[in-house]
Amino acid sequence: MSLSIFLITDTVMTPSVRLQEMIRVIRSARTQGEERGIIQRECADIRSQFRQGDNGERSHSLAKLLYVHMLGYPAHFGQMECVRLIASPRYSEKRIGYLGAMMLLDENQDASLLITNSIKNDLSHSSQYVQSLALCTLACMGSAEMCRDLAPEIERLLRASHSYIKKKATLCAVHIIRKVPELAELFTPSARTLLSEKNHGVLHGAVVLITELCERNPDTLVQFRKAVPELVQIMKGLVTSSYSPEHNVAGISDPFLQVRILRLLRILGHNNDTASDAMNDLLAQVATNTDSSKTAGSAVLYETVLTIMDINSESGLRVLAVNILGRFLLNNDRNIRYISMTSLQKIVQTDHNAVQRHRGTIVDCLKDQDTSVKRRALELSLALVSAVNIRSMMKELLIFLSVCPPELRSQTASGIFNAAERYSPSKRWHIDTILHVLTTAGGDVRDETVPNLIQLITTASELHCYTVHKLYRALIKDIAQQSLVQVACWCIGEYGDLLLKGECEEIEPVQVTEDDILDALETVLQSHMSSPATRGFALTATMKLSTRITDNVDRIRSIVSIYGSCIDLELQQRAVEYNALFKKYDHMRAAVLERMPVMDKNSPGHTNGDTSGEIKEPDTSKPKPVEAGLLSEPASQVIITGYSEMQKHCCVYVHVVPTVSVYEKNGLSLKIQCDKQTETEVTVTLIASNSTQNDITNFTLQAAVPKSVQLQMKAPSGNVIPAHGLGQVTQTVLLNNPNKASLPCFRFVQLSFLLN
Amino acid sequence: MICENWIRFILIQNRAGKTRLAKWYMQFDDDEKQKLIEEVHAVVTVRDAKHTNFVEVFICGLTCYTLFPLQFRNFKIIYRRYAGLYFCICVDVTDNNLAYLEAIHNFVEVLNEYFHNVCELDLVFNFYKVYTVVDEMFLAGEIRETSQTKVLKQLLMLQSLE
Repeated sequence: MSLSIFLITDTVMTPSVRLQEMIRVIRSARTQGEERGIIQRECADIRSQFRQGDNGERSHSLAKLLYVHMLGYPAHFGQMECVRLIASPRYSEKRIGYLGAMMLLDENQDASLLITNSIKNDLSHSSQYVQSLALCTLACMGSAEMCRDLAPEIERLLRASHSYIKKKATLCAVHIIRKVPELAELFTPSARTLLSEKNHGVLHGAVVLITELCERNPDTLVQFRKAVPELVQIMKGLVTSSYSPEHNVAGISDPFLQVRILRLLRILGHNNDTASDAMNDLLAQVATNTDSSKTAGSAVLYETVLTIMDINSESGLRVLAVNILGRFLLNNDRNIRYISMTSLQKIVQTDHNAVQRHRGTIVDCLKDQDTSVKRRALELSLALVSAVNIRSMMKELLIFLSVCPPELRSQTASGIFNAAERYSPSKRWHIDTILHVLTTAGGDVRDETVPNLIQLITTASELHCYTVHKLYRALIKDIAQQSLVQVACWCIGEYGDLLLKGECEEIEPVQVTEDDILDALETVLQSHMSSPATRGFALTATMKLSTRITDNVDRIRSIVSIYGSCIDLELQQRAVEYNALFKKYDHMRAAVLERMPVMDKNSPGHTNGDTSGEIKEPDTSKPKPVEAGLLSEPASQVIITGYSEMQKHCCVYVHVVPTVSVYEKNGLSLKIQCDKQTETEVTVTLIASNSTQNDITNFTLQAAVPKSVQLQMKAPSGNVIPAHGLGQVTQTVLLNNPNKASLPCFRFVQLSFLLN
Repeated sequence: MICENWIRFILIQNRAGKTRLAKWYMQFDDDEKQKLIEEVHAVVTVRDAKHTNFVEVFICGLTCYTLFPLQFRNFKIIYRRYAGLYFCICVDVTDNNLAYLEAIHNFVEVLNEYFHNVCELDLVFNFYKVYTVVDEMFLAGEIRETSQTKVLKQLLMLQSLE
C-alpha cells in the first residue's frame, strides 16, 4: 500500500507524534493514580493550547482530548473547540471538529445549537466529503430543533445528489423523523422515487426510510402498499442473481438488504390480503432457495419466517415456515437454536399442532448448557404439554427440575403444577407429581401450594391411606422442606388412624406404631429447621391424634402442656387452648377434632393463600390472630377456647358455632347463636336464661371486639331474667368485619349481673 | 405499532474493560454511559463458547441488568469476540439477531483490510479512524453500507484528503 496508515494527518510531523506519544505515555502508566496524573498534565496542556494556539494546534489537542474522553475522563472544556473547528475551512480540522461534536456534544448541551449554522453551510459545500461529515453529525446527535431547521436541506439532498450523499441523506432523514415525527410528510414523495435506485447502499437507506414512514403513519402505509410489486421484484433480483462480489456475504447477495426488504414487506402485508397474496410466491421462493449453512443465510431465512407468520399467508406457507424453524432446532449452532425457540414461542398458540411435531427436539434443548437456551426450552415445553403427552412430558420436566439452575426452579415448579392441574390423568398421579416436586424443590414453590395440595388430598378420599403413608415416609426421611413437612403433618394429624392400620393396597405395608408417629411429629416440633408455621401444623396434628390413637394420649397431653410455656406466642396460645380442650372441655374434644369435611376449592377461606395458614377448620383449633390464615370467616365457625372466671364477671373468648352454650354456672346460662349473613357481617344472638329460684336483675351484657371488627349492639329485650327458666333475655349483636381481615373474631364478652 | 428496530449503541471493549470505541445512537447522560459500559462488560466477559452470542438485558435510566424477570426484557446485546476484543451491538429485543452478527463480522473484516491485519493497538492509536469506519458503515442506528469494497474505497479517499 502506498499510503502509510498510522500517521495522523498533515505534513508537520511533531503534532501528530505528540498524540501518539501521549497515548504511549498513558498506556505506560502502571497504576490508576499514575494515569490520572498524566491525564491531568495533558489536560492542562490541552487547555493552554486551546487558549492560545492556532487552529492547526487546536485540532491535535482536540484529538488528544477525545482520546482522554474515551478513557472515561471529563472533557467538557473541549466543547467550544469543536464548534470552532467545525467552522474552519480545512478538511482535517473540520473532521476532528465534527468527531468531537459527535463524541462530546449531545442534545442537552447548549453548544450543540451553535453548530447548526455550520452544518447548514457544510451541507451545501462543494466537496461531498464535507457534506457527508455534516450529514453524519446531524444524524448522530441532531436535536429536534436542529432537525427542524435543516430538514429542507436534507430533503433537497435526497433528490439531487451523488449516491454517496444520498445514502447518508436517507438515513439522516430517518433520524429526523425519529426526532420530529411531524416532518415525515416532507420526505414521503422522495422516498418513493428512491426505490428505483440501483445502488444498494441507497436502496437500503430508502427501504429503511420507507419502513420508518410506514410505521409512524397508517396513511403512508396504505400509500406504500402500491410499492409491493416493486419490492418483490427487487427481492427476486437479489435472490436469483448471479454472484455479485460487492455485496456478497457467504454466497448470499446482500443479506442485509434482503432482511430489510423482508421486514418492510411484513409491515405492508400485515392484515392485508392483496398485499399478502402478492408476496406469497416470493416468500416461498426465498424460503426454499436460501442456503442456510452459514449465518447470513439463516438470517434471511429467519426474517422470512417472521414475515410469513405475520401476514395473511396461506397455510402451506405457514407449514413451510414452521418446518424451517424445526430445521433450525437441529442446527449445531446454538444461536440458531435459540432464535428458533424464540419464534416458536410466539406461534405455539396459533399453530400448536405444527409445533408439537418438534416437541422431542425442544425437550432435548432442556439439556443445553446455556441458561438462556434452557429457559426458552422450558417455556416452550410447558406450552406444549397436552392431555396426550402429559405423562412423558412430566417425566422430562421432573428430571429437568432436579438439575436445573436455581433461577429457573420456581418457574419450572409452577409450570409443572399448572400442567398437572389441567391434564393429570388420575388423582394419584397428580398427588405423586406434587409430592415429587415438593421433595425436589420445596423451597422454590409458591405459597398457595400447601393449601392447594391439602385441598386436593381431601377430595381424593379413596387415596387417603396411600397419601398418608407416602407422606409419612417422606417426612421421616427429611424434614427440611417446609412445604412438604407442613402437608405431611396435616395429613398425619388428619388420617393418622389410617397410618396405624399399616396396610394399604397401593403401597408395601410397613408397620407404624403410635410412638413412631408421635416421634416424627415431635422431631418436627423441636427441629431448628422448622419454621414457626410448620411447628403450628405439627402441634395441631399432635392434638388431633389424641382422638385417633388409643394408647399414647398421655404423651400427647404432656407434649401439649410443655408448649404451653413456649416463647413463640402462637404456639403458646394454641397449646394453652388445647390444654383447655383436654381439661375443661374434654367432653367436646372428640367432636372438635373430628375428620374435616371435603373442602370446596373456591370457598372464601381458600383465597387467602398465604404461607402456612391453617386450613379453615370448622371445628378445631383456634385461628391465628396475626397471620392471615385461611380462616377469614369471622364468626360462624368458632369455638370456645379459653375461659377464665373472675367473680361475677366472666370473660369468655368466644368463637361461635351455630348455637353453643357459653356459660353455665350457678343456674345462669348464656347461649350464643349466630347466623352468617354476608362475608363480612355476622349476626349473633345472645340468649340468657335462668334456672335458679330467684330472678336475676340488672343483667347487662357487654362485648368487646378487636379493632378491625365493628360491633353494634341492639337493645336487650330486658334486664331481668325470670327464675325457673320461665323466660329469656335476648340481645342481638351485629359484627362487621369490613376488611375481611382474617382475624377471626374474638369476642370478648363480659357479663355482669346481680343475683339476688 | 412502532417497532423500534435500530441500534442503540455499538461498543468495542477489551477483556479488561477498556473502551476502544463507543458509538451512541440514543440519548444517555455521561454517567449513564459509563455505567452502561461497565455493565455490558460485566455481562459479556463471563460468557464463553458454550453460551449464545445474545444476552437479553433490561436498560432503564442508569443501569442495565441481565434479565431474569421475563417482563423486563427490552433490549439485547449481540456480541462477538475477536481475540481480546468484544464487539457489542445493543438492539431491541424484537430485532433479528443473526443479521447483526453478520454486520459485526462485516465491520471487523473491513477493519482488518483497512489496517492490514488489525490488532488492538491499531484501534488504540488510530481511534479517530475507527470512528470514521463506523460512520461509513452505520448511521443513525442503521446499517448503512454493506459492501466492503465500497467502504474501503471511500476510506482511502478520505484519508488522502487529510
